Amino acid sequence: MSMLKTALENGEFAVTAELAPPKGTDFSRALQIAETFGDRVHAINVTDFQSSTLKASSLAMCKALIDLGLEPVLQITGRDRNRIAIQGEMLSAGFFGVKNLLALTGDHPTVGDNPGAKPVYDLDSVGILQAAKVLASGVDMSGNKLEGSPSFFLGASVTPEYDPIELQLIKMEKKIKAGARFFQTQAVYDIKTMEKFKEMTKHLNTKILVGIIPLKSAGMAKFMNKNIPGINVPDHLIDRLKNSNDPVKEGIKIAGELIVELREKNLCDGVHIMAIGAEENIPLILDEAGL
Amino acid sequence: MIISQNKPFEEILGFLKNSEKIVLTGCGECASACNSGGEAELIAIKAKLEDAGKQVLAFIVPETSCNYLLVRRDLKKIKESIDEADAIVSFACGDGVQTVAKQVKIPVYPGNNTLFIGEVERVGIFSEACRACGDCVLGLTGGICPVTRCAKSLLNGPCGGAKEGKCEVNPENDCAWILIYEKLKELDQVYKLTEIREPKDFSKIAYPRTLNLRNSGGGAIK
Ligand code: SF4
Ligand code: SF4
Repeated sequence: MSMLKTALENGEFAVTAELAPPKGTDFSRALQIAETFGDRVHAINVTDFQSSTLKASSLAMCKALIDLGLEPVLQITGRDRNRIAIQGEMLSAGFFGVKNLLALTGDHPTVGDNPGAKPVYDLDSVGILQAAKVLASGVDMSGNKLEGSPSFFLGASVTPEYDPIELQLIKMEKKIKAGARFFQTQAVYDIKTMEKFKEMTKHLNTKILVGIIPLKSAGMAKFMNKNIPGINVPDHLIDRLKNSNDPVKEGIKIAGELIVELREKNLCDGVHIMAIGAEENIPLILDEAGL
Repeated sequence: MIISQNKPFEEILGFLKNSEKIVLTGCGECASACNSGGEAELIAIKAKLEDAGKQVLAFIVPETSCNYLLVRRDLKKIKESIDEADAIVSFACGDGVQTVAKQVKIPVYPGNNTLFIGEVERVGIFSEACRACGDCVLGLTGGICPVTRCAKSLLNGPCGGAKEGKCEVNPENDCAWILIYEKLKELDQVYKLTEIREPKDFSKIAYPRTLNLRNSGGGAIK
């Protein structure tokens, strides 16, 4: 049984954290960091060649986490695998005991570190969810029978700051129809964004974990505003970072405060922390948030 | 229309390292329209090749270089030059080059890179609009092709990556799915986006594809 699923179904405030496999064969640092999360997170998302960057595969890291007694969320994008490889990955994940799966479109190869790679996109995020759902029923996408079938708690992503938001909501509903039971959002910094988003999604029967990316500096905040789609760091937060003599610490504090406010106002079912390279700070954010 | 562009001249010269006597072919349709294989271009290329020490024995611009019979007719007209030539350089699309190559016994080299099936937006401006996916979805997408104009060919709506309406892959391009959404709103057909689109059946478009109107009794709806 997925711990993440149980927590969300029991109405607990769920916490997930994101971790990337190493670029290379040395998993020791990544696994050490994962162990510092301990039972303070319900599950650890393992990224699938995040930002189209070559790394060890998500499944290998998921298996390593399971061996340590931790619960992974296998992320699968449509970028690198066709439907044969995606379904095969799911069968293997089932064998290893992976319980959670997050379906993503995937960034385009041209933004990554092997930009000449052929983009696949045989299945989009909706198609990946459909594949997982059909495998759980005991057959593959072509209706061929399986010897044992995997069953995943399925998730997907959504961008609350997307413009036009109606288009995100239409796709979100499709993802729910295709089997998604929880959503992890793009990073949010403005409580008002989630107030609006909560209102717009109240008719949907799903769980929403708000994305939290701790800021490390005013420069990082400005860079993200300019370059990362769907991210909007308000000016007053940028000022706080600018005026702080320890901006990393200030960023951790900001993240903690936001989590507390989201929780107090009941604007989500949990949070998903993406520390992008500063995962060792995740326990500090949880301290700040009182989690 | 098939959009093509001349290869770098050095690359063409590379093909011709061991060839002295050359014949050039172009195409009167697409390659003429995109200035990669019309008469004017062939005259200029002929001069450049001669400057580089090559002998250009003849050039032809078949009406359409992808039409086997038309090309055969035109090649016949310059049969003597072809018999004498060491190589042909064809400034058509990749299809047109092959139509020439299968009819002669000397090497035929491509003078162009074939880029895409595109629309002539204005004179000299071309944009890719169809990837010949074999199962047209335009009826569901307001006449805007997601297979081609979405950088990921997504069928169920946008990725999360558009910024200010622009595609995350190339900010020069509009996000196809936002265009589709706006268009469907205008047409009062947004409901077309709510249904899940099944993954494409690529077995139906395994290439090389052929179409035989003689066997199928004609191409039009009966
Ligand atoms: S869907 Fe797009 S690629 Fe396919 S046939 Fe129609 S226009 Fe061409
Ligand atoms: S931004 Fe729009 S056009 Fe670009 S890949 Fe994403 S959905 Fe497709």
